[in-house]
Amino acid sequence: MKKYIIQSVRLTAVLLVLLCVIYPLFIMLIGRFTKGEGGGEKIMKDGKVVGYAAIGQSFTKPEYFWSRPSAVDYKADGSGGSNKGPSNPEYLKQVADRIDTVLKYNPTVKRADIPADLVTASGSGLDPNISEQAAKIQISRIATIRKLDESKLKDLIAKNTEKPFLGLFGPSKINVLKLNVALDELGK
Amino acid sequence: MNTELLGIIATYLLTLVIAIPLGIYLAKVFAGEKVWTDFLKPLETGIFKLSGINVKEEMNWKQHLKALMTINLLWLVYGFFVLIYQNKLPLNPDGNPGMSPDLSFNTIISFVVNCNLQDYSGETGLTYLTQHFVIMFLQFVSAATGIAAAVVLFKAFRDKSTEKLGNFWNFFVKSITRLLLPLSIVMAIILAFNGTPTSYQGKDKFISVQGDTVNVSRGPAAGMIAIKHLGTNGGGWFGVNSAHPLENPNYITNTVELVAQLIIPIAMVIAFGIFIRRRRLGWMIFGVMTIGMLMLLIPMVQSEIGGNPAIAKMGISQLTGSMEGKEVRFGPAISAYWSTVTTIISTGSVNSMHDSTMPMSGTWQMLGMMINSFYGGCGVGILNYFIYLIIAVFISGLMVGRTPEFLGHKVEAREVKIAALITLLSPFLILVGTALSSYILVNHPSAEWAVQPKTWLNNPSFHGFSEMLYQYTSSNANNGSGFEGLGDNNVFWNVTAGVIMFLGRFLPIIGPIAIAGLLGAKKYVPESTGTLKADTLTFSLMTFAVIMVLNALSYFPALTLGPIAEYFTLIK
Repeated sequence: MKKYIIQSVRLTAVLLVLLCVIYPLFIMLIGRFTKGEGGGEKIMKDGKVVGYAAIGQSFTKPEYFWSRPSAVDYKADGSGGSNKGPSNPEYLKQVADRIDTVLKYNPTVKRADIPADLVTASGSGLDPNISEQAAKIQISRIATIRKLDESKLKDLIAKNTEKPFLGLFGPSKINVLKLNVALDELGK
Repeated sequence: MNTELLGIIATYLLTLVIAIPLGIYLAKVFAGEKVWTDFLKPLETGIFKLSGINVKEEMNWKQHLKALMTINLLWLVYGFFVLIYQNKLPLNPDGNPGMSPDLSFNTIISFVVNCNLQDYSGETGLTYLTQHFVIMFLQFVSAATGIAAAVVLFKAFRDKSTEKLGNFWNFFVKSITRLLLPLSIVMAIILAFNGTPTSYQGKDKFISVQGDTVNVSRGPAAGMIAIKHLGTNGGGWFGVNSAHPLENPNYITNTVELVAQLIIPIAMVIAFGIFIRRRRLGWMIFGVMTIGMLMLLIPMVQSEIGGNPAIAKMGISQLTGSMEGKEVRFGPAISAYWSTVTTIISTGSVNSMHDSTMPMSGTWQMLGMMINSFYGGCGVGILNYFIYLIIAVFISGLMVGRTPEFLGHKVEAREVKIAALITLLSPFLILVGTALSSYILVNHPSAEWAVQPKTWLNNPSFHGFSEMLYQYTSSNANNGSGFEGLGDNNVFWNVTAGVIMFLGRFLPIIGPIAIAGLLGAKKYVPESTGTLKADTLTFSLMTFAVIMVLNALSYFPALTLGPIAEYFTLIK
């Protein structure tokens, strides 16, 4: 028994060095050669960092494309979903309210055209994406406020739509931050 | 929608393309045959030398268990104290606090037993030091413990009659140097180049386009996310696990993480057949497990793609499926596949919030964890399946009126008793736990804990019950996923789930190894016309039936009170 204890202690010490010092430092070194140099890829606008490409941020002003609802309000020093069950009456009321808000700000949009992702909270609370449909129903509102041609916005959305991986696998999506940065450029 | 289904098929096929050769490779590694990674031998020799281990020393099954338990208990003590005092240790750029004793108790058991249930949130609950020196360390060694335990079982059936089952340290260290570490390095590099952070910089701050000030948690996560999947651990760097856009930035990383968590469990099954020189048996087991997986996967994908009927009633199109708790970059189909994979094997990482999935999906998730052997966790999946095999052998023996045999060894009262006890353990722990928490919820709603029982549940009615049932199911299965709405960071949940995780890990390792050790030492009975052949279709169906009947009898009453009842309220 005593033999196993001593062997366990020594083996644990050796493995701590291998797995917790050498391994992560090696990965860190390699990470230096990636796009964000291991700290995450940043998005710049007018020479300033306005966010991370991967991390969604709150867009609630009517002149921007809105992001999805978030259970943590896009506070990126935490993360979280709503964890509401599908039959929870309180939750369903919240969804109904969100639908009303969307309809209020986008009077030309029909109820049946609202996609589910625009009225439900994401898993992380930091979802950087919305669906194509979620962007399309906001065109009319943004065009009116910014006095832009709707066709220009349509092109902008088409340009910013990321197709399924290799055109074959998974959903297509739009990065809201990149879309809105491009939208501000358009107005200039 | 079709590109999403295509994504599932491609991911599974890619898994098999990697897992099958990996299984062949593993069988050779553990048999000590020549393989291309033999250039790592000096590294292993060095590790053994520094640790004072002589790998030539053969152990019997009892010595194996002693070695296994000794080192695991050592990790428990080590991690418990490091977590409590993490605020006084270096590498804490965000200034996070030390853990309370009950939270540390829960966390350290959770990671030692390969469960990775997390009652804390990574961004605020740990430091970079503990993320690496406790969490990631245990993700490697707990997976290696499971694999080494499975190899002990393999050893017992390789030769006709033997007590010498190899050296535990040898299997354990080789699981790391020949399998987990090299694969982790490859995977961490893929993750890093897709946007997962690798540097030790602390939180960042920026002003968003709209003018909000935002703080972003980061940290050297890529290395840990690799092993968390390869080792079927599942504990994430960030609170929301692989739903977090830095932990799982895009569809490629999602595919890589899905493939990674499934390859070793499948490879172990293939390796079993090859190692004991009964390839057909390996494939039969693989077949049963795959059919089991499909039975859970297909209805789950269907219910998630179908969307939420209550929201459909409000006139909102459910063409994109159920999106609450899901990420747009993955979509409902691959999220449902992830839910299936992460619950049938014991990973427990999530890329969508299980609490918000459709009621019937919740049923399939819990059933996957209750069965816990459709592929199953790293190494332990095959140990769990072995228990079902012994029960099936016993029942088949009774049906034909002969002393049951398994692979040429007589299965007698002692072995069957152990198997029966292990089988009964799971429903006992899950159901007693849920009954206890329900009792406290109803009778002591204002107990003075960090989270009062009356505020435990995030959802009312049947779904609330499911949150508690899920928590104990996940603890017992050493899965670690959760219906995360549950307010579980308080002394009651931390302690009860901690105890259940501990028992749910070590007894189902000790049991199968004891049975295998006992059987392996028995005289070999040559095959005759009356021998029950374990590698036939009939016997495989028998095993499948045993798995289904045992689990249905144990759990359907509880599942009916939770997700099934919710399902009926939702469609009425």
